[in-house]
Amino acid sequence: MTFTSPVLSYTLLSPMLILLGGALIGVLVEAFVSRAKRPIVQLTLALGVLSLALLQVWNIRGEQSLTPAMGSIIIDGPAVLLQGSILIISIIAILLIADTEHFTALPAALPGSEEERKAIAMGAQVTEVYPLTLFAVAGMLMFPVAGDLITLFVALEMLSLPLYLMAGLSRRRRLASQESALKYFLLGSFSSAFFLFGAAYLYGYSGSVNFAGIQESVIGGSGNDVLLLIGLAFLSIGLLFKVGAVPFHSWAPDVYQGAPTPVTAFMAAATKVAAFGAMLRIYYTVFANAEWSWSSVLTGIAAITMLLGSLVAVTQRDVKRMLAYSSIAHAGFLLLGVIALNKSGLDATIFYLLAYGIATVGAFAVVTLVRDSSGEVTDLNRWKGLGKRSPFAASTFAFFLLAFAGIPLTSGFIGKFSIFSAAYESGATGLVLVAILSSALAAFFYIRVIVLMFFSEATEDGTSVEIPSILTRTAIVASAAITLILGVYPTPLLDFISDLAIFIR
Amino acid sequence: MTISTSLVYLIGLPFAGAAILLLGGRRTDKWGHLLATALSGSSFVVGVYHLIQMVNRPTEMRPISQKLFEWISVGSFNVDAGLLLDQLSICFVLLITGVGTLIHIYSIAYMSEDRDRRRFFAYLNLFIAAMLLLVLGDSYLSLYVGWEGVGLASYLLIGFWNQKPAYATASKKAFVMNRVGDMGLSLAIMIAFATMGTVSFAGVAEQAHHTSEAALTAMGIMLLVAAAGKSAQFPLQAWLGDAMAGPTPVSALIHAATMVTAGVYLITRSNFVFDAAPTAQLLVVIVGAITLIFGALIGTAKDDIKKALAASTMSQIGYMILATGLGPIGYAFAIMHLITHGFFKAGMFLGAGSVMHGMNDEVNMRKYGALRQFMPITFITFGIGYLAILGVPPFAGFYSKDMIIESAFNSGGMQAIFLGSLTLIGAAITAFYMTRVMILTFAGTKRWDEGVEPHESPWLMWFPMAVLAVGSVTSGYLLYHNKALYKWLSPLFEDHGEHEELLKPIVVSALALTMVAIGVSIAVYKYMRENIETVAPVDVSWITKFVRKDLMQDQFNEKFFMRPGQLLTKALVTTEDVVVDGSVRGVARMAIGSGSGLRGLQNGFVRSYAALILVGALTLIAAIWVVVS
Repeated sequence: MTFTSPVLSYTLLSPMLILLGGALIGVLVEAFVSRAKRPIVQLTLALGVLSLALLQVWNIRGEQSLTPAMGSIIIDGPAVLLQGSILIISIIAILLIADTEHFTALPAALPGSEEERKAIAMGAQVTEVYPLTLFAVAGMLMFPVAGDLITLFVALEMLSLPLYLMAGLSRRRRLASQESALKYFLLGSFSSAFFLFGAAYLYGYSGSVNFAGIQESVIGGSGNDVLLLIGLAFLSIGLLFKVGAVPFHSWAPDVYQGAPTPVTAFMAAATKVAAFGAMLRIYYTVFANAEWSWSSVLTGIAAITMLLGSLVAVTQRDVKRMLAYSSIAHAGFLLLGVIALNKSGLDATIFYLLAYGIATVGAFAVVTLVRDSSGEVTDLNRWKGLGKRSPFAASTFAFFLLAFAGIPLTSGFIGKFSIFSAAYESGATGLVLVAILSSALAAFFYIRVIVLMFFSEATEDGTSVEIPSILTRTAIVASAAITLILGVYPTPLLDFISDLAIFIR
Repeated sequence: MTISTSLVYLIGLPFAGAAILLLGGRRTDKWGHLLATALSGSSFVVGVYHLIQMVNRPTEMRPISQKLFEWISVGSFNVDAGLLLDQLSICFVLLITGVGTLIHIYSIAYMSEDRDRRRFFAYLNLFIAAMLLLVLGDSYLSLYVGWEGVGLASYLLIGFWNQKPAYATASKKAFVMNRVGDMGLSLAIMIAFATMGTVSFAGVAEQAHHTSEAALTAMGIMLLVAAAGKSAQFPLQAWLGDAMAGPTPVSALIHAATMVTAGVYLITRSNFVFDAAPTAQLLVVIVGAITLIFGALIGTAKDDIKKALAASTMSQIGYMILATGLGPIGYAFAIMHLITHGFFKAGMFLGAGSVMHGMNDEVNMRKYGALRQFMPITFITFGIGYLAILGVPPFAGFYSKDMIIESAFNSGGMQAIFLGSLTLIGAAITAFYMTRVMILTFAGTKRWDEGVEPHESPWLMWFPMAVLAVGSVTSGYLLYHNKALYKWLSPLFEDHGEHEELLKPIVVSALALTMVAIGVSIAVYKYMRENIETVAPVDVSWITKFVRKDLMQDQFNEKFFMRPGQLLTKALVTTEDVVVDGSVRGVARMAIGSGSGLRGLQNGFVRSYAALILVGALTLIAAIWVVVS
């Protein structure tokens, strides 16, 4: 057996390599830097690494290659756009993660035990969360650029494992947090199994794990269609699980609620970009010629995802759960762009992902500010009258909600408009009608929250709004500014996306 | 067309002033009024610079334009936000910034006791900026932005003392009635876009030749509605009297010299529409004629000095609107009267403010009297304005009003005699009520309330009045001499050729002066001899009562618009409650119900979730199976 040494294009791989290198250094920092200095060193390192990677992504824009890593990675326009989006969202999210108030002092200690009490007294902090984040981001960057099923699976695990851990790190309500981490892990493994099973069937169908090879078989139509259908279905389940589409969504509300809010923000925003990025590549290139097999089923999933997400959100009493259901509904809207299977659908989905991701991080950032003596207050009834107590928090939150609802002058409007029109263009009129109906339903509960904050009398129950730290404030203001700018003057970004977003096969 | 880059400063300077004063808050209290005045003055200087430049260019090169940015670009519909300064708009620019600056100066003293003086100056600057945008916009859409801007500034300034509910109501009334006119303007813009595909002045002017007369008539009527709203013309005139609730400098600037003349500007600017739509043009004449008599009649019964002047403004603008309705022979004279009126009416309003200032803010003329000795400067400047509005030679109004009367007589056909007579009757009534104002205020015996000690106003107040008085004397002759203004403006309008003269100019002047003399004599006879009571007598003829009630304008509006409007609203509210809300509530109940049902699935157990995923996976495969086979 001969071994061919791999030929790697380091420039094109550099964003991912920078992230992995940074994460490893982060681990070393944990080992060698004194406890007191760790938070600032880790934060600087994480921000530096993410910014450097973003710069590198900017530098390689416009490059195209099927073989930067022997065919297991594909770098093209959409890859660059998605990686850039993930990095921008992560940079904002890391500013929230830097607020240590959210993380337990000693994850290994039993909740409420003597060790935990000591660790708190010592002022210990889980700075491990930074390298974990960087590993997760590296996985996310790899997910949408994977060129074969093995790399895709490795990336999936690489992004998931750190998230499972991070979900369990909450400082308050630790049992709920640990429960959510375990749930996420179990269900995630379950879906990974489906994914892997699907990959095996697809290998059986085409005799290749490489996207190009599978695509060839799909175009040739030579293989056994039963294998293709089962393989595609199972692979899709793995991906739909990650984006939280119905009926694979059940983990999302529990995990979103249990996880520390900054982690929820990161998870809700960045994971969605990565997972939809991978879906776009798979459905737009590999299985584009097998549209007959997946289009109608995905349409059904999109419809029930939008409707169920919006309907259940109406009845929620907890702000994090409400945002979780809203994110499920948004997954449904995003599926419209996948189903559209045309150039404008691709452009719209990428724009929507960035816009939605940034608004999500901003909204969760505001959630971190509303607290009482025992930590964050997420009960919506206690958000009554927030507009009077803290105009900044209430008005920015209201603005993000308006963006979710897709009200003009926010990025959400442009996103919804372009994705709906792309779907309409592709002939999915019925689905667009369902989407509009769901948007109307969704607007109902977003606006209900706004009414609650501004037009209800406040109850005196010790709920207060934290003066945001400079980092959190930066995150909120930056998200709000981007959401506004993309809503008022989206043309440059839309043009940029439209120029770049062309898949190579 | 010449391209310029400095037009934007005309608007930018006062706008910056408004922004600084409003955003700077109390910090700018100390120097805010000075900054606002200086910026308004600078804008005037820029205007003068442009005038000199313009005069030195050959006629066809005179208009200049500046493109600011691409405003709307949808398919084939493109609107650039651009400015246009031509012979017509320069007149307005100088009037707005010139009179505006004088009124800024006046207000420094007039408002010195008011703790919100800074806010007042911020609004004044905002008004100047918006008004300049109105006259400098190069399309109906830019004009519309300025149009709404002056509406806003006017609303803010009328209700400046909104702690008094009556004043707040007055500002609301003005705002609502203006909305009716604004609706007309937006409809006119839509008609222009729908039929011609463009909304720029140049574009519409070019397309007007090959557009159906019906469309142009519709557009013209809508423009007339807009003009009537803004310029307080029949039937949208009722707000102007109440607008006098604002501080007097506001009445002088906005409700006499500038904003209320926007309607005249709009019609003159749209000459290409009206010239091609005779029906609309006829309506313009009718509206102008009705208003000039209507306003004059109201003026005869007002005891409030500002309201009397407001009625007179309405009537004088009626003259201008009538002139614009006469077509090409009238446009230049309408503008000429507009400018001279700007001088003498603003001067008289400032004079009224000066009187009020000396009389503890008393506005009832029945409680004035014999003020001539106590306020000599005010008396002289007001008196010059009085002679100007009467049209006594050689004061400004003589030239401008006579030209309108003359044009009315020379407009041809039977209507000419009718219109000419109306303008003459209007002149007589004007002479009557203005003489009444003069006598009640400055002559006769003292009828003051106790404790009132009239005194002359400080120089900051009388200086602007003096400047305006000079304008009231000279502007008419300067604009008339050698047909200066007529020649200046004529390149903008279509040539109309020579009209046959029904009456010689000298005959018209003689007739007009006779009418004025009659009006003055009646007033002198009636008010110089009679002992004037401080409370208006009640045992008067029904005509007087009718006129005192502003010819029932409010009652008319109430009966024919408000009541049916209220009924309609009630019906709509009921429909909304039962049908729309009912169905919305039903849907919401359904949504909440189904949401609660679905929540049951989310029970917290991992095993249930995994089962759900499994069921989902099997369903998915089954679904694919069904779809494919």
